[in-house]
Amino acid sequence: MKKVAGLILGLVLFVGAASAQTTITYWQYEFQTRMDAMDQLIEMFEAENPDIRVEHETFAYDAYPARVATALAAGDGPDVVQLFYGWLPAWAPAGYVEPLPAEHFDADEIAANFAPLVDAAMHQGQYYGLPTAVRSLALFYNLDKLNAAGFDGPPVTWDEFIEMAQAMTHRDGQRLTEIGFGVSPAGQDHHVLRTVLTRQMGTEPYNEDYTEVLYDNEAGLAAFEFYTGLITEHEVGVIEFVQGNNGYRDGFRLLENIAMIIDGSFAIGDVERLAEFNWGVTELPVFEEGGVQSNYASFFMNGLSPNAFADEATLEASSRFLKFVTSDEAQLLWMEIVGELPASRTLIADPALAEDPVYGPFIRAFEYATSEVFFDEGGQRDVMLDAINKVVLSGVDPATAWSEAAAEDQAFLDAAER
Amino acid sequence: MATAPRRRRPLRLASREAIWAYVFLLVPLAFFLGLRLWPAVQSFLLSLQTWHVNPDMRNFVGLQYYREMLNTPRLHQALGNTLLYTLISVPTQLVIGLVMALLLTSVERFRGLFRAIFFAPYITPGVAVAWVWGWMYNVNNGIFNAFIIQLDDWAAALGLTWLSFEIQPFLQSPRQALVSVAAVVIWQGLGFQVVIFLAGLLGIPRSFYEAARIDGANAWQVFWSITLPLLNPVLLFSIVISTIASLQLFDQVININFTDQGGPLGSTLTVAVYMYLEAFERARLGYAAAVTVLLFVIILVITLIQIRFLNRRVEY
Repeated sequence: MKKVAGLILGLVLFVGAASAQTTITYWQYEFQTRMDAMDQLIEMFEAENPDIRVEHETFAYDAYPARVATALAAGDGPDVVQLFYGWLPAWAPAGYVEPLPAEHFDADEIAANFAPLVDAAMHQGQYYGLPTAVRSLALFYNLDKLNAAGFDGPPVTWDEFIEMAQAMTHRDGQRLTEIGFGVSPAGQDHHVLRTVLTRQMGTEPYNEDYTEVLYDNEAGLAAFEFYTGLITEHEVGVIEFVQGNNGYRDGFRLLENIAMIIDGSFAIGDVERLAEFNWGVTELPVFEEGGVQSNYASFFMNGLSPNAFADEATLEASSRFLKFVTSDEAQLLWMEIVGELPASRTLIADPALAEDPVYGPFIRAFEYATSEVFFDEGGQRDVMLDAINKVVLSGVDPATAWSEAAAEDQAFLDAAER
Repeated sequence: MATAPRRRRPLRLASREAIWAYVFLLVPLAFFLGLRLWPAVQSFLLSLQTWHVNPDMRNFVGLQYYREMLNTPRLHQALGNTLLYTLISVPTQLVIGLVMALLLTSVERFRGLFRAIFFAPYITPGVAVAWVWGWMYNVNNGIFNAFIIQLDDWAAALGLTWLSFEIQPFLQSPRQALVSVAAVVIWQGLGFQVVIFLAGLLGIPRSFYEAARIDGANAWQVFWSITLPLLNPVLLFSIVISTIASLQLFDQVININFTDQGGPLGSTLTVAVYMYLEAFERARLGYAAAVTVLLFVIILVITLIQIRFLNRRVEY
């Protein structure tokens, strides 16, 4: 009898202790290094905050938005959720994320602490989240292949880029066995075209408040013809040379049949882990030495879902967790494991980082990078994708395809809820 | 102290059995109503509202999304594609499936083995099938183009200078992509047709065939006058099921070209994929719900037409 009473007492105490703990759920998409980094961060956070337990759940990238939408609609799912800044215009009106609560987050403090591009975490004047890391683009190159083709180092100008890429493109009869440039319109290339090449050719893609498409002009068309020319005229690569979402990266780091790719800093950790050859990173080429540089900067941010506002304790726990995963400490750990760059103003300005052979090119790019504002990230990506496909696959005249793209893009800007 | 119950006339056995059958049917009925019909009603209601995770924040917009569907070329393209998929894959599956089933009826040894092999693709997940076929279709690394090059080499080796084979773009061509995906669908659904037809064929009494043979009917007459008419219920079932599957085509399309789902240039896009992208890439679940209602109506109408015109009861 005594034993039973003791057991019951123990159970009651245990349940009592457990209920004092708040459990929150964190969601992000599957990407090995990101999952590893987050697991470590959660461990650190739980050690500092024994009253909070964090459940970390991940989903395949393509299923991720669907999971978020359905889970939240069912009153389930994450409290703290990761999202691409470009999704915010769709997610905020759908109620998947809520504005950061003023009692826990000070807008002025955020503006002072985070790099200016983090302004893109705002929707209709309110912050909806904070990033742990930011990303920019650079050219990854296989140094062994460059050397074998008789080049000492990576290209500086686009002319050199084409020359090198051609030298590293190999055929066997009708088929390509290796390509110099891992063409990927759906990967980062649509940003390269829209944000980088247009500016390098001398046109802003959009006006300042993003109400008007400006790239439907001579310079914009030149940018478009340059990009499609890589495939049709210079033949340094083909779309979907390697199958799949990360096909261009797989071809570079694993299959070693792609010599150069343009990719985000998020790929650093992955390439470091898997590439078994000498590789390097360099800033995106320019049209002439000393010419206009341009880059696309972006970030995934962590926001609070409506679930986080269920009660005081959950909001407190979620806010504390969000602050922790976007703290300087977390940013440095994230950089070490994932390769993405810190989002904090001071950390990213660290001169040692700008000198780093791998991080350097990405860091330096932030000086001339833009975070393009999207109103329909998927739709606006498809506009570029379709324009490229029209020329490359269907033989449409570039001027026609480009004007059609501008008109479709303009329709997204016109339909935007601002 | 309870009063003695009034004596009721005992029910007949058949009635009692029927009542119990109804009682047991209530369980799946409740399940069906709760998990199928109720969400369908919900999705219709959703199609009249803007989307928000919190139901209190949804705004009623009436038929706005239905009007939007009229003016959306991408949806019209998806509708056209879906119809094309159906027109290609359903008859092809039916004809090849029937021929294979007929051949199988004339063999006895290894029939089960053949059937199992033909059926295997059907039980393979569409996602995996799409991925593997995507690789096979790859322009520069795929097995199909490797085969074409082999043919070209053989032609050259044989000195057939007039004969040359060129590698094909398959999924990378807006002209070939839809047919390429349809081929996957046909390959995958074929086993199902074979199994269904085989069961139907084996269910036709041998005596009809023997009688026909005694009367001097040739193979063609036997097929047209006995096999096909008596197979009608099975045929109808097959047509209806594969048409519905084809109109709902999703898995293969969305997974075979992962970087440009429904592409290139929307050439493989189906209504179901379009709906998914609208719902989850754009978070427009209200509009997407309207598209599901449209798809539901289309499937309903086509199925009713098929049942009305293809159902012929034949008795001998």
